[in-house]
Amino acid sequence: MKKGLLSVIVMAVVGSVLIINPSVSCAQAKGPIKIGFISPLSGGMAANGKDMLAGFELYLEEIGYQAAGRKIELIVEDDEAVPATGLTKTRKLVEKDGVHVMSGGLMASTGYALAPYIDSKEIPMTYPIMAPDDLTQRQVPKWIVRTGWNSSQPNHPLGEYAYQTLKLRKVVIIGLDYAFGWECAGGFQKTFEEAGGKIVQKIWTPLTTTDFSPYLAQISKEADGVYAMFTGRTTLQFNKQFQEFGLKGKLVLVGGGTLTDEHALPSMGDEAIGAITALHYSEALDNPANKKFVKAFRAKAKKSASYYSEGTYTGARWIVEAIKAINGDVENKPKFMEALRKVEIKDVPRGDFKLDSYGNPIQDVYIRKVERVNGELQNTVIQTYPKVSQFWKYKPEEFLKQPVYSREYPPLKP
Amino acid sequence: MEFLLVQTLNGFSFGALLFLLASGLSLIYGVMKIVNIAHGSYYMLGAYVGLSVILRTHSFVLGTLAGGLAIGVIGLLMERIFLKKFSLQALPQMMITLGFALVFRDLALLIWGGDPFTLPCPEILRGSTRIYGVVFPIYRLFVIGVAAAVAISLWIFNDKTLVGAKLRAAVDDHEMAGGVGLSVPLISGCMFGLGAGLAAFGGVMGGPIFGVYPGLDFELLSLAFVVVIVGGRGSLKGSAVGSILVGLVDNFGKALVPELSYFTLFAPMAIIVAIKPTGLFGRE
Repeated sequence: MKKGLLSVIVMAVVGSVLIINPSVSCAQAKGPIKIGFISPLSGGMAANGKDMLAGFELYLEEIGYQAAGRKIELIVEDDEAVPATGLTKTRKLVEKDGVHVMSGGLMASTGYALAPYIDSKEIPMTYPIMAPDDLTQRQVPKWIVRTGWNSSQPNHPLGEYAYQTLKLRKVVIIGLDYAFGWECAGGFQKTFEEAGGKIVQKIWTPLTTTDFSPYLAQISKEADGVYAMFTGRTTLQFNKQFQEFGLKGKLVLVGGGTLTDEHALPSMGDEAIGAITALHYSEALDNPANKKFVKAFRAKAKKSASYYSEGTYTGARWIVEAIKAINGDVENKPKFMEALRKVEIKDVPRGDFKLDSYGNPIQDVYIRKVERVNGELQNTVIQTYPKVSQFWKYKPEEFLKQPVYSREYPPLKP
Repeated sequence: MEFLLVQTLNGFSFGALLFLLASGLSLIYGVMKIVNIAHGSYYMLGAYVGLSVILRTHSFVLGTLAGGLAIGVIGLLMERIFLKKFSLQALPQMMITLGFALVFRDLALLIWGGDPFTLPCPEILRGSTRIYGVVFPIYRLFVIGVAAAVAISLWIFNDKTLVGAKLRAAVDDHEMAGGVGLSVPLISGCMFGLGAGLAAFGGVMGGPIFGVYPGLDFELLSLAFVVVIVGGRGSLKGSAVGSILVGLVDNFGKALVPELSYFTLFAPMAIIVAIKPTGLFGRE
């Protein structure tokens, strides 16, 4: 009789504690918010991938790895810049580690590869860097928000700039043979040809190329400019070899932003000076938010701040804002996803931006020229195209009628 | 005409680097029958060590010597301590070298980080020169020269010196060689070390052109094996001819049919293996 009474009293006490302090015990039972992150930490794209990780970590450090009263746990995996590996590691993060949200990824091909899986598992994911065009155009996934950019976005204005300001008329395209290369070059070709220019040749190089001389030797003699699309170690080698084979003095070099992005620029020499590229960021941007970010990043990572680091820094902030908006209730996936789509932030290093109705940022695009300032190479901003959307000046419905930019599209004019 | 000249020169400069890389592998694979998966790693580590030395001493020569010697020693130790236990057992040896390759790769990532580097080119060799109206980098011509010098030295060493004779004896019939008093284990170890050192030397030489970065090891490994298979294993002449052939075919292939870039390297290999399985100058 006494034992029974004792247990009833104990249960009553425990029960009242639970009722009186529901939030405390609930939060303790929930555990940390888990963010899964993939990027290449080895291989030819390791420099890009490590910048991405450092940028992401920088923001989380600034908020002490805490949001909405819960701790944040960051679980990182190396995707080696291979889409199949990215998919495997994402599976591991989602199914084994039980992350509440995924982020990261570098290659456009990885971007396309992950989308069906993310949608089938209904896990919110953000793409702060991966830029495949179609994911916010013709194949919009339900569970992915893009906080970075899309491949053709900065290249549309560059095509116009090349014709009108640089007065180029005949350009050869040379770039990496995969979705990102095709889409960046495609954007350039469309606007350059619409302005009156002509693309005379398209040369695609395999991702594993180390020696570009066979490709450089093919560049048509009638060209006055070259549009190049390279990133990671390939941009180091391309720029060097472009100069070594005597092309630098003869042809104007323009390119996608990654050609001279800060992940590789400090390792380059005078061969990079004068290259004109377009991107939605430059470390040299002169606004308070960027100055603060660059200072903090350089102190942490001891290297220049590239668009990769800014992308994930702002990307991490985006996720945290969504977490705060729903009071940390990340287990409610549809609610979390809604919040991710509705985030609005100000004082962003690259300049403030909003998402369009397809889920892609509308942001300023900068035309940059590589110059040596105070002994360091930098991407000096020489012109700004404000509030550029992924559709440039076209109406979305009109733009979506054309196929996505690919190896064959836009085709070469006869 | 210009196109032909540039591609030929380029094919030769690529072939020169392949020779430095593959001659070592040819020795190791041909003589000791070891499938050395870590061979590409030697090239990469040599480039990394060379990079560190060059950055500190500003001497390219010191860099190449340091790279070659350091990795040569590593190769020697690898063979003496680990591989000799499984003499003539192909599979265990391959697994050991694979394990080492993975360890080297992670070690390199730990020490030098993930960023790609280009080795600084020596001042006097910078810039380009005009040859019959074609602009070609001076450094690549230098690489061709160095590889030719190395090839000739190896040939003299092999054919004309006593040490070379001992080497050849150990290669041809190691039981008899041991029987006449040659220290076959020591010779094997030194050969492995030499092969590793050559690859590492090639790494530093190739550094200003290709740079060094994680992943270089496996990217070049397949090229090295193609040269050895095409040229015939164990044959120095085979490595030389194989490297030039592969260099030229690869360059012209990429230049003429870029859509088949992935294919141009392995096509000659497939053809030669079909016609003459032991390679152009191989035996057995």
